Amino acid sequence: MSYLEIRGVNKRFGGLQALDDVNLSVEAGTIHAIIGPNGAGKSTLLNTFVGKLTPDSGTVTFDGQSLLGIKPHEINQVGVARVFQTPEIFSELSVLDNVIIPCLAKRDGSFKLNGLSFLSRQTDIREKAEQMLIDVNMQDKRHMTASSLSRGDKRRLEMAMCLSQDPKLLLLDEPTAGMARADTNNTIDLLAEIQEKRKITKVVIEHDMHVVFSLAQKISVLAQGHVIVEDKPENIKGHPKVKEAYLGGTH
Amino acid sequence: MDAILLQILNGLDKGSAYALIALGLTLIFGTLGVVNFAHGALFMIGAFCAVTLQKLLNLYSVVIDPTKTDFLGNPLKVKVPYVESWFGEALGQSIINWSVPLAIIIAIPIMVAIGYIMERGLIKHFYKRPHADQILVTFGLAIVLQEIIKAFYGANPIPTPAPDLFKGSFDFGAMIGFAENTIIYPYWRLIYFVFSAIVIGLVFAFLQFTTFGMVVRAGMADRETVGLLGINIDRRFTLMFGIAAAVAGLAGVMYTPINPPNYHMGMDFLVLSFVVVVVGGMGSLPGAVLAGFLLGVLESFASMNEVKTLLPGIDQIIIYLVAIAILLTRPRGLMGRAGVMED
Amino acid sequence: MKHLSQNDRLLLIFFTIMVLAGPIILAPFGAGYPDLLQRFAIFGIFAIGFNILFGLTGYLSFGHAAFLGVGSYSAVWMFKLLTMNVIPALLLSVVVAGLFALLIGFISLRRSGIYFSILTLAFAQMSYNLAYSVLTPITNGETGLQLNLNDPRILDAANETGTIPSTNLFGLTMNSTAKFELLGMTLQFNVGFYFCAIILIAGFYTAMRITRSPFGLMLLAIKTNQTRLNYTGINTRPYTLAAFVISGMYAGLAGGLMAITDPLAGAERMQWTASGEVVLMTILGGVGTLLGPVLGAGFIKYFENIFSKINDSVLESWFAFLPEGVSDALVFVLHFFVGKGWHLTLGVLFMLVVIFLPGGLIEGGTRIYNWLRVKLGKSDDSQKAAE
Repeated sequence: MSYLEIRGVNKRFGGLQALDDVNLSVEAGTIHAIIGPNGAGKSTLLNTFVGKLTPDSGTVTFDGQSLLGIKPHEINQVGVARVFQTPEIFSELSVLDNVIIPCLAKRDGSFKLNGLSFLSRQTDIREKAEQMLIDVNMQDKRHMTASSLSRGDKRRLEMAMCLSQDPKLLLLDEPTAGMARADTNNTIDLLAEIQEKRKITKVVIEHDMHVVFSLAQKISVLAQGHVIVEDKPENIKGHPKVKEAYLGGTH
Repeated sequence: MDAILLQILNGLDKGSAYALIALGLTLIFGTLGVVNFAHGALFMIGAFCAVTLQKLLNLYSVVIDPTKTDFLGNPLKVKVPYVESWFGEALGQSIINWSVPLAIIIAIPIMVAIGYIMERGLIKHFYKRPHADQILVTFGLAIVLQEIIKAFYGANPIPTPAPDLFKGSFDFGAMIGFAENTIIYPYWRLIYFVFSAIVIGLVFAFLQFTTFGMVVRAGMADRETVGLLGINIDRRFTLMFGIAAAVAGLAGVMYTPINPPNYHMGMDFLVLSFVVVVVGGMGSLPGAVLAGFLLGVLESFASMNEVKTLLPGIDQIIIYLVAIAILLTRPRGLMGRAGVMED
Repeated sequence: MKHLSQNDRLLLIFFTIMVLAGPIILAPFGAGYPDLLQRFAIFGIFAIGFNILFGLTGYLSFGHAAFLGVGSYSAVWMFKLLTMNVIPALLLSVVVAGLFALLIGFISLRRSGIYFSILTLAFAQMSYNLAYSVLTPITNGETGLQLNLNDPRILDAANETGTIPSTNLFGLTMNSTAKFELLGMTLQFNVGFYFCAIILIAGFYTAMRITRSPFGLMLLAIKTNQTRLNYTGINTRPYTLAAFVISGMYAGLAGGLMAITDPLAGAERMQWTASGEVVLMTILGGVGTLLGPVLGAGFIKYFENIFSKINDSVLESWFAFLPEGVSDALVFVLHFFVGKGWHLTLGVLFMLVVIFLPGGLIEGGTRIYNWLRVKLGKSDDSQKAAE
C-alpha cells in the first residue's frame, strides 16, 4: 500500500529545472530516504509536501488527499509531522511545555479559546507529555528551558514533540545536518529506536548517505531534479548511476 | 486640468519631506536592519539647526547711534547684530536674511556627527536585539531629543522665514501656457522640491557610482554574502547612518519656511514617513521616494474642497487608508523585495 | 482560586491586600489621595491588558490608546443618554472597544513584526484624526465630550438640583470620600477608587487565569516559535486576534473607568504618545510578568505626579546647604528633568530600562534578591512570589 504518492512533479525556477518529472511512492510503515548531492532538488521536493511550494505540474497526495497548497497547520492535521534541519522548538519554554503544546494541539485542534481553564488541571495532557519524555529518555530534563539543551537533546525533544501527536507520516529534513559524528550516531540510534517502537512512515531527506543506509528500507536518489534510482539500500551502494551523481561532477 | 496640476504642485512639498525622511529610514533599515523611531527627531533637529543659526546671526550689541536722537533729544541706542558690525550693514543684513539656506552648511556636519554618535553610542548595541527592542529604544531616544529641544526653544512654533528673494508666489500657470492666475505657486515650495530632488539624486548617484555605494547596495541585497567577502560592512554602515541623518536634517532645514518648526514636528512626520516606507516597500529606496511623492500628492488632492464635501475628513485619513489597502493587497509594498521583514 | 498554585495564590492575596490598603500605604508618600489612586488603578488595568498581547504573544502594538479613547467616549455617551449609573457605561465601553479591536486586529494581524507595529500605529493615528475632525458630532472634537445639564438620561429621575449629577453605582456616588485622621495624615477612602480597585483585582485575577491556561501557553508559544507552532497543527491567527481583542477590552475598561472618575473624554487620549506610555509602563515594570505592568503603571504615574510638582524654587531649597556655585549648577541641570521636563526624565528612564534592564523592575528586583541571597550565603530556595 502506498501512502505518500508523488506523481509527475515539475518545478522550474527561471532557467533552472529544479524538479524534473519526479515520481515517488512511499509505503506505509517504512522509512524511505531521499538522498542526493547538494542542489539536487531535495529541499524543493520537500517544500512541495508541506504546502510551501506549488509545483508547476504533478500531484502530491497523502493517504488519498492532496497536499498541494494547504497551510502548515492543515498539513499537520492530516497527520504529517515535520522535523527541521535545525531543530524548531519553543526555546524559551520548559521541555515539558514543549511537549504539552503538541499534545494540546492534538486534542483541541487548530484553535480553542480556553483562556480560563487551568492547564495544571489537565492531567490527561500532562501525563501524556510526561510519558512521551520518558519514552525519549528526557524525563529528568523536563523542567529545563529548552534553549539550554545540547544540540542532540534539542533534536530528541523535537522528535518527541512530533511523536506525541501520533503522526501518520514523519518528514525529516536532513536531521543530522551540521552535527558532530557522535550526535549523528545518536540521532540514527534514536530513529532506529522510534522505528522499533512505533511503525510510523518516515521520509528522510539526507545529504549524507552514511546516515540512511542503516535505517531506510528504500532509497530514492535524486540528481539534477530527477529520480535516477529507487531501490533497496544494499542495491544502491554500488550502483554506478549513484556513484556518478555523487562523484561524476556532471552538474 | 489646471486644478489637477495645482494639486499635484501643492502635494510636492510635503511629498518631498516624506520622501527624504523615508529615504533615510529605508537606508538605515536596509543596511543596518534597524527600525529607527528617532528618525523624525533628526528631521526636527535639522529644522532647529536653521532656527539656531537664525538666532545666532541675530545676536546683537547695543551701540549709540550719534546720528539719531530720540524725542527727548538724547542719542539713540540701537541694536546692531554682530554680523552687521563685522561685515558691514548691507552684507550683514543679507547674511541674516539668508539664514535658512546658510543653515545647510552647518546642518550637514552637525547631522552627520549626531548620526555617527547615535549609531556608535546606541544603535550598534541593538543589532542583535529583537526589532521590538530597537523600536522601543529609538522611541525613547526620540522622546529625549524632542524634550531637550522643547526645554531650550519652548513649545511654540518659531517663525523662520525664507530669504526675501523667495518670499511670495509667482504665476506658474501663466509660464506654462495656462490662463493667468490659475496656478499661483510660492517660490519657496518650488525651491524645496528642487532641493529635495537634488538631494535624492545625490544619494542615488552616491550609491550607484561609488565603490562604497556598491558595497552598501550589495549589503542591502544580501548582507551575509557581503560579510563573507571579508568586507567589514558594519563600519561602512555607520557612515550610512550619518548620511541618512544628514538627509533627514536637510529636509528639516529647508522645511522651516514652509511651516514654522516646533518640537513635535518630528513625531508628526515620523508616523507618516513610516507609512510611506511601508507603502513603498521596506528596503526599497526608489519605492520610498515614489511613495513619498505619491502620498504627498494624494493628500493634497484629498484636501480639495470638492473632495472634502463629498467625503468629509478624507484628507485626515487618506494616507492611512492607502497604506492599509496596500499592506493587505501587496504586503511587500509597491516596490518591496521578497524576504525583507517577513518573519 | 483553589486551583491556583501556591505561589499564584500568595501573589493574588498579596496583590489584593496591597491594592485595597492603597490609601493607607501610600498616604505617607503623599500619594494617598483619590485622584492619583484612581489613576494607579486605571493605568494598572490598561497595562495588564496590554501585557496580555505584548507580553505573551510578543506583538508590539503602538495603537492601544485608541481603544482607551473609544472606551471613554462610549462611557460618556452612556452617561449622557441613559443613566449616570456606571454599570451600563462600563459594559458599553468594553463591548465597543472589543468590537473596535476586533476590526483593527483582524486587519493588522495579517502582518507581523514591525509591519504590525506600524499598522496599529497608523490605525490609532487615523482614529485620533477622525475624532478630532469629522467625528465631531460624536466626539465634540477639540473641546472633548462633556456632560450637559439637559442631557436626556432617560433612565434617571428628573434632575432638579440644577447641577450635573455625579456618576454612581446604584446611588453610591463615585466621588464621595470618607476621611480619617491618623498620625497627622489624612486617610482618604474614596468610592471611585475602590470601584476601580475591585475591577483591577478582577482584571489581575483574569490575567493570571489566562496566563496559566492552555490558551496562554499557546500565546507564549507564538512568541517563541510560530513556525513550529504552525507545524504543530495550530492556526496562530485566531489566537493572536483573541489576545488582541482581550487586551483591547482591557483598554476599553480602563477608558470607561477614566470617564467614570472624571466624566469627560477627549481625543488626546487616543494620541500615539498615549499608546507609547502604556508600552513604557509595561516595559518598565517587566514584560510578560503578572505584577510588572501594574508596578510600572504605578511607578510612572507616581513619579509623574511628584516630578511635575517640583520647580526651581523647590530645587533651590534642596541644595541650599551646598556652596552657591554648586547648587546653581545642580539646579540648572536638574531644571530640565523636573516640572514640565518630566517627559525628558521619562524618556531617559525608558532608554535606560530598555538598554540595561530589559526585564524591567521585576527583573531588577529579582537580581537584587539573588545578589542578596548569595551575599548573605543563604541557600533557601523559596521562589520569589512575583515570578
